[in-house]
Amino acid sequence: MRLRFNALAIALVMVSSMLIAACGAKAPAAEPTAAADVAAEATAAPAEEPTAAVAASADAVTIRYGLWDGNQQPAYEACAAAFTKTNPNITVKVEQAGWGDYWTSVQTGMVGGTAPDVFTNHLAKYPEFAAKEQLVDIQPFVERDGVDMKQYLPGLADLWGRDGKRYGLPKDWDTVSVVYNKDMMDKAGVTVEELNNADWNAKDGGSFGQIIKKLTIDSAGKNALDAGFDKSKVVQYGFVGGGSGGAYGQTQWSHWAVSNGFKFNDGLYATKYFYDDPKLAETMQWYADLNLVEGVAPTLADVKSLGATALFTAGKAALTTDGSWMIGSYVKDAKFVTGFARLPKGPEGRKSMFNGLADSIWVGSKHQEESWQWMKFAASPACANIVGSYGVVFPAIQSGVDAALKAYGDRKVDVSAFTAQATEANGTFLFPVTDHASEIGPIMDATMDSIMLGEKPAADALKAANDEVNALFQ
Amino acid sequence: MTIRTGAQTARRNEITWALLFILPSIIGFLAFFAIPSVRGLLMSFTNWDLLRPAKFTGIANYIKLLSDKEFLHALRVTAYYVVLNIPLQTVIALGMAVMLDRFTKSTAIRGILILPWLLPNIIVALLWLWMLDPTLGFINQVIMSLGFERQPFLGSVTQAMPTIAAINIWRHAGYTAILLFAGLQNIPKDVYEAAAIDGADERQMFMGITLPLLRPVLIFVLVTSLIGSFQIFDTIVITTKGGPVDATRVVYWYIYEYAFVRFKMGYAATISVALFLILITITIIQMRYFNADSSDLD
Repeated sequence: MRLRFNALAIALVMVSSMLIAACGAKAPAAEPTAAADVAAEATAAPAEEPTAAVAASADAVTIRYGLWDGNQQPAYEACAAAFTKTNPNITVKVEQAGWGDYWTSVQTGMVGGTAPDVFTNHLAKYPEFAAKEQLVDIQPFVERDGVDMKQYLPGLADLWGRDGKRYGLPKDWDTVSVVYNKDMMDKAGVTVEELNNADWNAKDGGSFGQIIKKLTIDSAGKNALDAGFDKSKVVQYGFVGGGSGGAYGQTQWSHWAVSNGFKFNDGLYATKYFYDDPKLAETMQWYADLNLVEGVAPTLADVKSLGATALFTAGKAALTTDGSWMIGSYVKDAKFVTGFARLPKGPEGRKSMFNGLADSIWVGSKHQEESWQWMKFAASPACANIVGSYGVVFPAIQSGVDAALKAYGDRKVDVSAFTAQATEANGTFLFPVTDHASEIGPIMDATMDSIMLGEKPAADALKAANDEVNALFQ
Repeated sequence: MTIRTGAQTARRNEITWALLFILPSIIGFLAFFAIPSVRGLLMSFTNWDLLRPAKFTGIANYIKLLSDKEFLHALRVTAYYVVLNIPLQTVIALGMAVMLDRFTKSTAIRGILILPWLLPNIIVALLWLWMLDPTLGFINQVIMSLGFERQPFLGSVTQAMPTIAAINIWRHAGYTAILLFAGLQNIPKDVYEAAAIDGADERQMFMGITLPLLRPVLIFVLVTSLIGSFQIFDTIVITTKGGPVDATRVVYWYIYEYAFVRFKMGYAATISVALFLILITITIIQMRYFNADSSDLD
């Protein structure tokens, strides 16, 4: 940004001086247009000088590396330091920005020529970047250096390939579990074992639904199972979902829906979604009715204002569901005993989305070879072990997972709910990777919000949305 | 050899200086208005997706726009906002202006009135977002302490738009009042004196003198605030992001969403051109209808 501004400023100074000179001679009527064109072009031209200057001297290269999770920044800075030790000519500069700003800056950076060389990518984002020719196909590098794809947990590496090309090496994975407030459970007489063995269905919520009710308390001290429970005066909710979840509902509704028999589509790069599946509709209706009908969960407005995590850690709700990357936040922020329990058993068993991040190299990078070296290291056992030892996320390589488990164990945090889910047969389903994600997003956000707010019945809203989504693939 | 008269030289100097003085504005106008406008118009005939070179697609975007229900929804939502915003804001501002004119000459009070307008829009929006928060917000604490149920405000489909309108009325009413106040000061006091001698009361003077003589200023205020109101965006970015559902998905948000979320820069430009045509039509009608350039004082 600063560079562009400077270019504009210089152009403006040049233009003004030209014009002042012109003023002495003849009428400058025609000048400003041409001159302003120069100014406009100066702003439009990508700022290429700084990277080019560095490229000239091959033995001192700085790679810019972007990530959005501030919790992981120290871990990757440690990786970067270890990397520079073995590659003294390459320095990695880690740049972090929150999820929203991160993607805005990556995208505008691609247009303006200032995107990071290597950046953490997401499965909902990369297919579009790849289609728009913004990512380096790393398959040739992988073959040249003989990177072993089998070192990663099964399924993770495949998510990043398409038609023989490859756009990322897996770095980590995550699953979803139930997060509970132990103090509230004790008070209500619900045991962790009960919670771990709970079942769920979309009709009445199963025994999990009963637990939620038991944990919902009104101002008179009655729980939602008692006669005379007043749902307009709830002081403690039994459950708080992470909002409406949009197109994927990763930590919100995907585990409920899939354990109810729903599937998003027919797999990697499918061209048709099944959002109109009645299995999803009844799941969403149950999920929305927790607030709309039962009053055992806060309103969507409350969740949107603070976030489910904040409501939970502030002691407003007894249970929530969240991803394994949030473990540290819960343990750190909650002023009560908190723990992680298995997802309830749905009609089709326990199901969690299995999602993973990877790094990608931007095509505009002036140092693709060095970028590849860093990316390869970030997805190697050496870095995975470092990242694992920080205990913030589960690395994509088993030895890293072991390091993470040890780190959590040292902090007396039991994360087996997440790992058991990941290793259980048919315990996970993959993030639905398809084209048009950036257009599916707004459609499904509005649709899921309308269901959660009770504006439309789930079945109607999802039918209409599914038609709209599938029309994108026509 | 021609001989220059002193007058000619002076005139030439004047033009040179005049051009020099307006130069910054001309550069600004070209760089930030004229050139982007032309580029935007050209863009509207392409399928530009920001990252790959644009391809000319003729009037395909315009044909799509004609059957775009969400665009119509965006227009409706925007119109709803304008209807909520402009009348109330103008009436409140007019009331404040008349009171300023009649009861006080204090510059301190005038200063306080435009204070909200001096704050950046983003700050105002953040401030109100926090104050109106459904769980922690000050306003809801007050509502609850008075024994009422707390309100979702920006989190509710029905309340979101009126809430945004209220925020912007709060921000703009004072500024509008100052503009109207300036207009009021131009109305000769002897007209009021004459009316008072004839026995007119305050209400009659307001309807018979103040309003008609204020018309040029009032129209200026109406035209500019109407255009400004159609351009509602920043408050929405901060508070609702077009939601809940699509309750506040105004035209500008819709354009933003297409350009920077869906990467359809070409189509976003097409919507912008359509909005431009709508605004210019409204403005022409307003100017014609209200005879903006003449005052009853003439």
